Amino acid sequence: MLPHASVSSVFESLPDFYRPAFDAVACARPLDSGKVSAGFPSPAADYEDRRLDINTYLIRNPVSTFFFPVEGKSMEGAEIFDGDVLVVDRSILAQHGHIVVAFVNGERLVKRLYHRAGRVALEAENLAFPPIVIREGIDLTVWGVVIGKFKRLPA
Amino acid sequence: MPAHVPVFALVDCNNFYASCEKLFDPKLAGVPVVVLSNNDGCVVARSAEVKALGLPMGVPWFKIREQARQHGIVAFSSNYALYADMSNRVVEVLAQFSPDIEVYSIDESFLDLAGFEATGLADYGRQIRDRVQQWLGLTVCVGIAPTKTLAKLANHCAKKNLAGNHGVCDFTTLPAADQDVVFAAIDVSEVWGVGRKLTPRLHAMGITTVKALRDADAETLRSRFSVVLERTVHELRGTSCLSLEDITPDKQQIICSRSFGERIHDLENLQEAVSSHISRAAEKLRLQDSLAGAVTVCIRTSPFNPTGPCYQKAVTATLPEATADNRVLARSALRTLRQIYRPGLAYQKAGVMLSDIRPSRLQQASLFSDPGGNEGSKRLMHTLDCINARWGRGTLRLAAEGVDYGWQMKRGNLSPGYTTEWADLPVAKAR
Repeated sequence: MLPHASVSSVFESLPDFYRPAFDAVACARPLDSGKVSAGFPSPAADYEDRRLDINTYLIRNPVSTFFFPVEGKSMEGAEIFDGDVLVVDRSILAQHGHIVVAFVNGERLVKRLYHRAGRVALEAENLAFPPIVIREGIDLTVWGVVIGKFKRLPA
Repeated sequence: MPAHVPVFALVDCNNFYASCEKLFDPKLAGVPVVVLSNNDGCVVARSAEVKALGLPMGVPWFKIREQARQHGIVAFSSNYALYADMSNRVVEVLAQFSPDIEVYSIDESFLDLAGFEATGLADYGRQIRDRVQQWLGLTVCVGIAPTKTLAKLANHCAKKNLAGNHGVCDFTTLPAADQDVVFAAIDVSEVWGVGRKLTPRLHAMGITTVKALRDADAETLRSRFSVVLERTVHELRGTSCLSLEDITPDKQQIICSRSFGERIHDLENLQEAVSSHISRAAEKLRLQDSLAGAVTVCIRTSPFNPTGPCYQKAVTATLPEATADNRVLARSALRTLRQIYRPGLAYQKAGVMLSDIRPSRLQQASLFSDPGGNEGSKRLMHTLDCINARWGRGTLRLAAEGVDYGWQMKRGNLSPGYTTEWADLPVAKAR
């Protein structure tokens, strides 16, 4: 064995040989990075999360979202009741089966959109209300898609 | 095209105020709609149906009231809360299309589209138009060009259907020969920055069209008019001289003034109006973290009143120490008001202006100032702003502002705050 090889093998055989790393990236630490208190640390500290926000639950796209209060009983089958406030999102393309806010002949309505086989209609969710079939000469503007609702209760 | 070649888009909402009114009211489909200025004075917005009837912009409402009735025109007072909300939404959508955006007015924004050439700029413009239409129900026109002045002109072309199609006009791909034809057909008054004053002077020189202005001698125009007009000529030739102003500089003057709903005679009502203007101005002042060193008060009678005497006066008072405190500013303003008030006149308008504005960190203490007192004032104003931000403007106010706002402007045909007030939300019928 060459002499220098034996020297290196000596170093390799040492189990823990620490050298300072002069090229390490500097890592700044704030002087006051956390409160140190004498009591027992909160066992929940690692599980902290943001509080739930009802806005993010009900609204997907705030910029295109508008609210419409409901008047009437024709949508009760879809659990939309008189006095509920609808969350209406215009960024969703209205499709067959969506509940929509629509302008028909000068009225603002909430209905389920039927669009199949060339037949367009606005259907109620209550047998007492017949569907509005959109024929020639009836102006229909589907204003936006209903994606939720909310209501405050007296307490 | 390398990315550093500038490309701008001007996105402009069509008939913005009238479109906002129509958006929420199904009874207005196909109906001619106008929106009136403060105190229901003049027509400031017209729906497409009104434009087709040939009714001009800016005409006083009382002059066309009879004509409007015959045509079934529906008139609205300016619903600023609604327009501001819709305008903010439009800007939010536009911001998805460009990292750099300059909100030029309530219904116009410039977008920096440099680097988007690969998508096809006209296509990109159509995407912008489609998304605003789908998400917000408002129609916009898009003008695209290498300079802001040209983008504005391209927008005009898109709107009037002079070039481009589907509400989008892209000058960057319009052949030079076609551009010449278009420019030769547009009056020079349509150029951004060429106002009513300049137009007749340019016409007198034989510069009647956009093309004539573009091809005019820039040097001559500078010496005869201004360096601004010279810059306009360069911009028309495709050399970008104006960049996006994305950072609004702090205001050097803050002005709040309103015409009254009805003429005001007594000092008491004037004092309430002036105090209330001061509060609004001071709130803006604090919003930009500044102090004002001088307060101007201005009152005037109607300049159009043939019977009564005319009176107009504006006086500026310098404060011993710059401040943003409602109470100090109001005290000074009311003192000035009492000096300039003449009894027996029918006042039509009052206004205040805060000037000598400086950042609050540059506060210069006076010889007799009390540093502790300043701290208290700052905290009080902060509390005031917080309360008013949470519970609505004017919830907490100076007693001098009065309680009934009897002087406030007339808005007889105000539509509901469809998007800004819980009580005003549009009802959807389940019938």
